[in-house]
Amino acid sequence: MKILDLGFKLDRNEIVRESPDIKACSNQQIYPPALTLKNVTVSYGQKIAIENASLSASAGAITVLVGPSGCGKSSLLASINRLTDTFTNCNVKGDIHIGLKSVLDPDSNLYQLRRRVGMVFQQPNPFPLSIEENISFPLREHGERDGKIIRQKIISALQSVGLWDEVKDRLNTSALKLSGGQQQRLCIARCIALEPDVILFDEPCSALDPISASKVEALIKSFKGRYTIIMVTHNLAQARRIADHVAMCWVQEDCGCIIESGDAKSVLEHSIHPVTQAFCQGLQG
Amino acid sequence: MLSLTSRRDQLYALFIWTVALLVAAVPLMMLWDLLYQGVPQISLDFLLNDPLDAGRQGGVRSLLISTAWILGICLAVTLPLGLGCALYLNEFVLPGSRSAHWLGLSLDILSGVPSIIFGLFGYTLFAVYLGMGFSILSGGLSLACMVLPLFIRTAEQALRACPISYRQAAVALNISHQGFIRHILLPSASDGIAVAIILSTGRALAETAVLIFTAGYVTRLPDSMWDSGRSLSVHIYDLAMNVPGGMDNASATAIVLVALIIVINSSVLFLIKRWKNKIQKT
Repeated sequence: MKILDLGFKLDRNEIVRESPDIKACSNQQIYPPALTLKNVTVSYGQKIAIENASLSASAGAITVLVGPSGCGKSSLLASINRLTDTFTNCNVKGDIHIGLKSVLDPDSNLYQLRRRVGMVFQQPNPFPLSIEENISFPLREHGERDGKIIRQKIISALQSVGLWDEVKDRLNTSALKLSGGQQQRLCIARCIALEPDVILFDEPCSALDPISASKVEALIKSFKGRYTIIMVTHNLAQARRIADHVAMCWVQEDCGCIIESGDAKSVLEHSIHPVTQAFCQGLQG
Repeated sequence: MLSLTSRRDQLYALFIWTVALLVAAVPLMMLWDLLYQGVPQISLDFLLNDPLDAGRQGGVRSLLISTAWILGICLAVTLPLGLGCALYLNEFVLPGSRSAHWLGLSLDILSGVPSIIFGLFGYTLFAVYLGMGFSILSGGLSLACMVLPLFIRTAEQALRACPISYRQAAVALNISHQGFIRHILLPSASDGIAVAIILSTGRALAETAVLIFTAGYVTRLPDSMWDSGRSLSVHIYDLAMNVPGGMDNASATAIVLVALIIVINSSVLFLIKRWKNKIQKT
């Protein structure tokens, strides 16, 4: 699938997506929208977590935020679905657009925003419900009442994350009895069942064993083209394996910032900024 | 030969074991004393007959029914009010805000108020001012006032223990607040809420001072909640302190009270488990 790079086509797509009928008929031709951040500053009281971050995430591509702890990557990620609204004393300034829609506009519909922007966290966080209920509960909360459709979506989501064969005989058992890797894939299934356009991954593999991490990584890679993905990671090797675009975050003068961004190869192998060069060579960070 | 560190470890272990055994010995001795004096009096007749001769003869049927009435009224008031208040403190008030501070402070002060004060308050408000007189209703409501702070604080701790990750996931998935409370928060806190119910029930069943002032003292079978009635704990107190030769029946009544507490606690745990399973499947 060709990756769209913003502009006119994207705007048309955004308009096309408004009509569910057209979306259903021409599913193959519709691309997820792109994401743009302009001069975004996230602060907690007087403390600035990340300042003037600008980023352009291509539609359907995987954009990875790399950098050391404390440089504001997760705060920046949380501002995209306005999870920051729930953080104490947190303030977000700047512009964030998904397609044509402004995220930070106070009048924007949070319900639609969080349905369009899914999020997967560092620690797997399934609800203390059955495996089936973990997917059906959010669907019901979002207005889906038809049991057959819910059932289809559960199966489809579990198949998409490669979990169906492992759990199809025990859908009514507690999700908390699954292994860490399975729990994380269930969280991804729960997220994609809501059919988002954008998925935010906040270090999704860092709490998992290497085998589970590789499964989740492969899964994220398989989403390329279907969803616009923004992922935070500390793992440079992982970024090399899956990223289309990379934004290098760093701490300068006690606040985070993006020091370099672009396509993965140019940032990770031919970086211009000396800090990025040192980080990529393992000399710093 | 043992090293100095190993000897110290052994002495330390011996000390811990001694302390644990001493603590375990107190309830065991108490139970032995109760069983020794009370078991000979226990029979089916003791459970099915009303007290006679100021409690020296007969059984505890009317007292069991009065106790069940009083406890039922107390819990019927405490559970919805207490859970609502705990949810308010946990979900609708910012931690550290003025209202959270004052409400928390008043609950802590109320928890430390002697039960006799609640008795006087219940007598003034329910028995006299609201005209309920010495009745099971006055007693149940006064008991509810007494156990509410304990229930609220314990339930609040249980709600607070809900992992933040559930909340984060719910926000990210845009789950409604009431959906989160009903399907995630309450089931995950249900074990702690069961503890709150058990502690409140135990405190209510053991209470005498409040009930002497409000529910009255008569041993006859109550016709309704407007009737006066004597609880098991008041009966034990009366037999032990005011009735010469009543000690054996006081011990037998205490065994019935302990058995009742065990039955209620087990039922609460069972019902909470069933409710948790049911709510997670709807």
